[in-house]
Amino acid sequence: MTTSTTTPTTATDSPNGSAPVIADGQVITGAEILLECLRREGVDTIFGYPGGANLWLYRYLPDFTDIRHILARHEQGATHMADGYARANRGKAGVVFATSGPGALNCITGIATAQYDSVPLVVVTGQVPTVAVGTDAFQESDVIGVTMPIVKHSYLLQSVDEIARVVREAFHIATSGRPGVVVIDFPKDLQNARHPFHWPAGPVSLRSYNPTTRGNPLQIKRAAKLIDEAKRPAMLAGRGVLISRGEEELLELSRKASIPVGWTLLGTGCYPVGEELSLHMVGFMGAGYTNKAVLGCDLLIMVGMRADDRVTTKLDSFAPQVENIIHIDIDPAEIGKNVRPTLPIVGDAKQVLGEIAKLVAPKRLDSWITQIERWKEEHPLRYRRNTGVLQPQDVLLEMYRRCDSDAIVVADVGQNQIWGALWWDFKGSGLYLNSGGSGTMGFAFPASLGARVGRPDKPVWCIAGEGGFVMTMQELATAVQENIDVKVVILNNYCLGMVRQFQDDYYEGVRSAVDLRVGPDFVKLADAFGMPGWRTDKVEEVPQLLDRMQRHSGPCIGEFIIDPEANVRPIVPLGKGLPDFVEEIVEAGF
Amino acid sequence: MSTRHRLLSMLVENHPGVLNKVSSMIRRRGMNITSLSVGETDDESVSRMTVAIDVGRAQADQAVKQLYKLIEVIKISDITEDPIIDRELVLCKVTAGRGDRSELLQIIDIFKAKIADVATDSMVIEMSGAEDQVETFLELVRPFGIKEVARSGTVAMTRGREGLRLSAKHQARTPAQQDLAAAERQRRSAGVLVGD
Repeated sequence: MTTSTTTPTTATDSPNGSAPVIADGQVITGAEILLECLRREGVDTIFGYPGGANLWLYRYLPDFTDIRHILARHEQGATHMADGYARANRGKAGVVFATSGPGALNCITGIATAQYDSVPLVVVTGQVPTVAVGTDAFQESDVIGVTMPIVKHSYLLQSVDEIARVVREAFHIATSGRPGVVVIDFPKDLQNARHPFHWPAGPVSLRSYNPTTRGNPLQIKRAAKLIDEAKRPAMLAGRGVLISRGEEELLELSRKASIPVGWTLLGTGCYPVGEELSLHMVGFMGAGYTNKAVLGCDLLIMVGMRADDRVTTKLDSFAPQVENIIHIDIDPAEIGKNVRPTLPIVGDAKQVLGEIAKLVAPKRLDSWITQIERWKEEHPLRYRRNTGVLQPQDVLLEMYRRCDSDAIVVADVGQNQIWGALWWDFKGSGLYLNSGGSGTMGFAFPASLGARVGRPDKPVWCIAGEGGFVMTMQELATAVQENIDVKVVILNNYCLGMVRQFQDDYYEGVRSAVDLRVGPDFVKLADAFGMPGWRTDKVEEVPQLLDRMQRHSGPCIGEFIIDPEANVRPIVPLGKGLPDFVEEIVEAGF
Repeated sequence: MSTRHRLLSMLVENHPGVLNKVSSMIRRRGMNITSLSVGETDDESVSRMTVAIDVGRAQADQAVKQLYKLIEVIKISDITEDPIIDRELVLCKVTAGRGDRSELLQIIDIFKAKIADVATDSMVIEMSGAEDQVETFLELVRPFGIKEVARSGTVAMTRGREGLRLSAKHQARTPAQQDLAAAERQRRSAGVLVGD
């Protein structure tokens, strides 16, 4: 085990003066109007980076002492942080400040990541002065145009008197219905233009935007009837259940009507793993017994999920025998997009599940539960232990023991993400935050910082591979500067593991551009940024190292050198369908 | 209009950039716009778009749902299978020497077209009609030598009393009206309802 030499430095910077009270009708600058609106929207944290086109915002930001600003080291990091903050703090929007041009463009990956997973963000980008817009001015970019396909909505502010209305609408749109990202592009001259402040009272009303949140009562009745008639029902739950905080309703319905529950990658955490009716992750890299249940049920209820290709694998292989499919989602465009349901219900997952749970008759389906138990025995989740080489699961099982079903776990993208999801073992509901839709490497570390800032009451563990971690590791400085207590578990296999696995199995065994043997010494890296770091490649040292990480107050890194040949199993081979999942460990290169 | 075409009629906020959002949404979902027309309605805050897309019915359903997600889109209707009046305006500049004119005039007469401009050896014909009439007309004048054609894109409207207009839910906002609107939206957006 190697240990860094320096102790962590902490530099907390929380101004403690009293914030100015801005009265209705008071003449203030556009920058102050925006900041006052953020405060009134309940914003307590902004993740950002200053630059030429948002300096008036930063001029007035220190006056708003009840808003904490976290200075990221890259705008992508700031955006992922706001994303993690919003995912951890369900219902609140994350807020990002970035300057024009490169600043705004650096947010793009973060915006797409959040939008894909229905995370509410309000991104305020500085823009060149209104007279310069469209002239290819210094640091100008068409932020509205560039972000159009990856946002829920966007605004280019055109006059100072619309700022308050736009901010109100932005938060309303970002957080209601299916949440998403709203961009506000804020020209520099408007930031400094003076105008009387006027807070638009009352609820936001947009004639063209009224998302349906209450499921149709008739459809709900039909769903309850289908459940009552079903002999082999199964449920799959997605992130929509977590967004709507519908875990209790899910559990209640499941218990009352004897429905086994599986989940999507993004739904991980919505249902207790220890429950008798608990399945596990479904799909491409899901647990075999979950896939068996989906294939063998007579009624499938999909709630708060998109049924994308990582869930269905080959579309026609997904639940072809199922007599009835109920699809519940708040976004009507997701219903019938891939899987055509017999009964669609548009609405909020929590509300719809709660209503259905009230209507269904209590029952216990013994033979179906016995069948599920048999599948669990035939297709358990397992890995090779005691190989003499540290396995990722050796680390994750110990880490989860220390999470105690309470921590927030943030995973990056690739093998680490799937291993983390498959060995998830929370006894209650919990949060397993990851970039499921966009699959953005480099997401986990900054997102975990945001999660911890949003939920300082929860321990936060970050799982990453060495490849993804390096993509956004500049945020180590942010972690130290703000003393954000995140425990980073780096599973280092010195290669791009998921890509290597795919090349071995599906691309004729040719390993191409996956060698990451040259990378930083993560212990020295931690030291360079002023935080402790430890490393091991021995299974017997894992508990001790994780204990140290847990005991340490403040950010720290644990680097675990794992088996470079470890693969994700089970897996549905590329191009195959759900029944074709492979469990055995295939030797590399055939 | 060929069977693969779907005709969408929509009311949108009359804001800059909305046309761009609508057309990019359709492009992004891998669909091709074959005809498009936009104009203000009697309510200056609302524009009406008529979009023909080269897809089947299921894809058009998906397009409608995705377009509804654009905040500025107020109302959309797939009117392909409704009884409709559809019209397109075409301006066509043709070579018209002295010898050709009488024959051209006959065609103009049949199609109830008009001569918008005449020069010594050419004329501009203004014609409007359903898309297939426009096509036939252009075929007939083609032998005279078409120099230039400008087509407006199809505009369409359903026959009878019903139509695409802002309903109460888009103006008044009592709770009862909101509930009605929500039920209606659910019925429209969720697709096929079992037992209906």
